[in-house]
Amino acid sequence: MKTQFGILIILIISQFGFGCGSKDNSAGDSSSGGGIIKTVPVKDLGIGPISKVELGDAIDESMAAKGKELFDLKCTSCHKTDKRFVGPSLAGVTERREPEWIMNMILNPEQMVAENETAKQLMMEYTAPMANQNLTEEEARSVLEYFRTLPADQNQ
Amino acid sequence: MKKAFITLSLAALVAALPGCGNAGKKGGSSGALSGNAAERVYVAPGEHDEFYAFISGGFSGQLAVHGLPSGRLFKVIPVFSQDAEKAYGYNEETKPMLETSYGFVPWDDAHHPDLSQTKGVIDGRWCFINGNNTPRIARIDLKTFETVEIIEVPNSAGNHSSSYVTENTEYVVAGTRFGVPVPQRDMPIDEYKGNFKGALSFIKVNPETGKMNLEFQIMTPGFDYDKAHPGRGKSHGWFFFTTYNTEEANSLLEVNASQHDKDFIAAVNWKKAEEYMAQGKFKTMPARYAHNVYSEETHSATSTMMNEVKILDPAECPGLVYFLPTPKSPHGCDVDPTGEYIVGSGKLSANVTVHSFDKMLDAIANKKYDGEAYGIPILKFEDVLAGQVVQPGLGPLHTEFDADGNAYTTFFISSEVVKWKLGTWEVIDRKPTYYSVGHLMIPGGNSQKPFGKYLVAMNKITKDRYLPTGPELCQSAQLYDITGDKMVLLSDFPTVGEPHYAAGCPADLIKPNQTKIYKLEENKHPYATLKAEDARVERDGKNVHVYMTMIRSHFTPDNIEGVKTGDRVYFHVTNLEQDYDVPHGISMVGANTSELLIMPGQTETFVWEPKNVGVWPFYCTDFCSALHQEMQGYVRVSPAGSTIPLKWSLDGE
Ligand code: HEC
Ligand SMILES: [Cu+2]
Repeated sequence: MKTQFGILIILIISQFGFGCGSKDNSAGDSSSGGGIIKTVPVKDLGIGPISKVELGDAIDESMAAKGKELFDLKCTSCHKTDKRFVGPSLAGVTERREPEWIMNMILNPEQMVAENETAKQLMMEYTAPMANQNLTEEEARSVLEYFRTLPADQNQ
Repeated sequence: MKKAFITLSLAALVAALPGCGNAGKKGGSSGALSGNAAERVYVAPGEHDEFYAFISGGFSGQLAVHGLPSGRLFKVIPVFSQDAEKAYGYNEETKPMLETSYGFVPWDDAHHPDLSQTKGVIDGRWCFINGNNTPRIARIDLKTFETVEIIEVPNSAGNHSSSYVTENTEYVVAGTRFGVPVPQRDMPIDEYKGNFKGALSFIKVNPETGKMNLEFQIMTPGFDYDKAHPGRGKSHGWFFFTTYNTEEANSLLEVNASQHDKDFIAAVNWKKAEEYMAQGKFKTMPARYAHNVYSEETHSATSTMMNEVKILDPAECPGLVYFLPTPKSPHGCDVDPTGEYIVGSGKLSANVTVHSFDKMLDAIANKKYDGEAYGIPILKFEDVLAGQVVQPGLGPLHTEFDADGNAYTTFFISSEVVKWKLGTWEVIDRKPTYYSVGHLMIPGGNSQKPFGKYLVAMNKITKDRYLPTGPELCQSAQLYDITGDKMVLLSDFPTVGEPHYAAGCPADLIKPNQTKIYKLEENKHPYATLKAEDARVERDGKNVHVYMTMIRSHFTPDNIEGVKTGDRVYFHVTNLEQDYDVPHGISMVGANTSELLIMPGQTETFVWEPKNVGVWPFYCTDFCSALHQEMQGYVRVSPAGSTIPLKWSLDGE
């Protein structure tokens, strides 16, 4: 809980540091003092092949089912959906990250943990690197759809 | 992106700097270049070599993969011998690869690698290699660089004149070096003459899958079939074998098999053999031989015992075999890229003899025979002779070719490579080797399309060339630049012992087809555990099966209880990684076998028989991540009669 809060603060600072955020974004929130910060003001899409993802209003159930199958096969040795394991719990991940960021993390984790601030901080926290399980873009997209069906993170 | 650009431009700079290096080579003269040998074998850090060289590991039984021009060693592929590093022949999956009709044979003497060809050109699909001692032929898949098939050769002994492939990899051919009774029986050794036989085996290769099948054997007289090569181009359809001991001596061969002025090259018309086979002219005889196949789907090998073989008798099949007299116990039997010249190097002869394929056909057409041996016509030496390279050196052994009509022959006794011209037979150049060279290899140099550029000489003796390592010295090869008129010695490089023969080709024929990981979805191993949640332990009497997974950096499960002394514990371990170059290993204290080394997506099994009560750790043996040292677990072993139930967990779950 505490560490997560710390990470968010650092994130915001580092976003300033990069100077990529425009001046008039809602960064003011961070100085508004004490309140829980839910989102990072600048859209962080991550680094990798994905620059835009269209999400449907409703969940594509068959795509999500395929995503779950892939997730169970290639990810559950490190991730659970209800608690921290080798990697973070993935409940609520679609709320804390942009869809593009999630797909880039799945498809391009080496560069993400080396160069993307959010991923870097995660790596510091979890010490083990996120594995590249060689999913195709289509497969990563279906895993993202599955993530949308997960409940919000209870601990957040 | 940016990084890649910088690396690229740096590479371009580096490539450009030596300047004369590349440009000069095309020029054909060599004198000015002989000073920059170091530069010509230097492959900058991170850069790749231009050629693969597959150098047989001789009496190690393995096949070594080197790069040229650097000579760097990339991998030793286990073929005929157990290899603890890779668990080959130790894990349950690969033990069947080493089964034979004599039982489990964990070693062989690997001699002659040859690469698959399409239309006479190396195609980079498979590498074949022979086991000399317990006759076998292996196929290595060059997508995975793993041995995927081994077939035993019955009725053979000293499987030396093998394994050579025909122009479209129709057959891989194996001739016996030792004459033996066929079928084997209890008989006096000195009744060898006329009774022992020499089997020439034609193993058909499936053009799609590469799978081998012993199609037929030609049962020739009991001479020693030493070396072989297929015809190519116009001589495609023929196969040539050198013979020695046409005396059929059975003792003190160094004297008694050196009596005849000439031995033979046996010319076998295998297209004719196919016709005889189709006509049913074969006899079927019982023969036990193992056929071992590794499946990429189950990551496991199976061994099948075969029980018969089809035999063609040349005395009953006119036109199948002819003998070409060739001076003095010929060893090397090499066919030039055009298919016209058949080079026979008489070990004890002062000259290198070259036969003409056209003249041979002519002599056959005109039935110009000089008698026969066991019903096989002997042609007249003068009628088939194309020419001789006169006194080029002492102890000629093997010849390979470049694309410009030159031949390169090794001389064992005078320790040198001699370059000579096909057709004029004149010697162009000679360079010493250090020392006592056996085979040589030019990439593609035994095919229709030699790629040239380099020549690798494989030496039998190194003496003072390297820092000494006790009585047993370094094994060694030497690299020569052959782009100029004169050969230039570029480097010495150490090899696995002994570097017997080699095959080479441009890296581009192999590199793009590499398997990088095994896909979990395609894993059909009967004991695979594809998801961590399916990890479990099952008891079946005294056998305990651990279905285990591994990923950076933990095993599931990593705590196991309920195992008892006297149990036989099978660890079936699946590596759940799906990224390139993330293998994990595993071993258990006191296991009477090797570690496992498991590639991403693969399942392997080792057996542990706990002997003592206690809590015993296992761990990952391949440094896999920053938390590799944490990749460990425990098995609790209770006394034989204990009632502790089977229990397994990871992090308490
Ligand atoms: C070897 C263990 C491992 C495997 C396998 C693995 N991950 Fe991860 N993952 C991690 C770790 C550890 C992190 C935290 C970042 C870091 O340390 O690099 C992480 C982070 C993530 C994140 C970011 C979570 C967040 O809170 O922002 C996502 C999304 C993710 N993984 C998805 C996946 C998917 C999808 C798969 C399967 C295709 C997968 N992971 C397989 C270890 C793993
Ligand atoms: Cu490991």
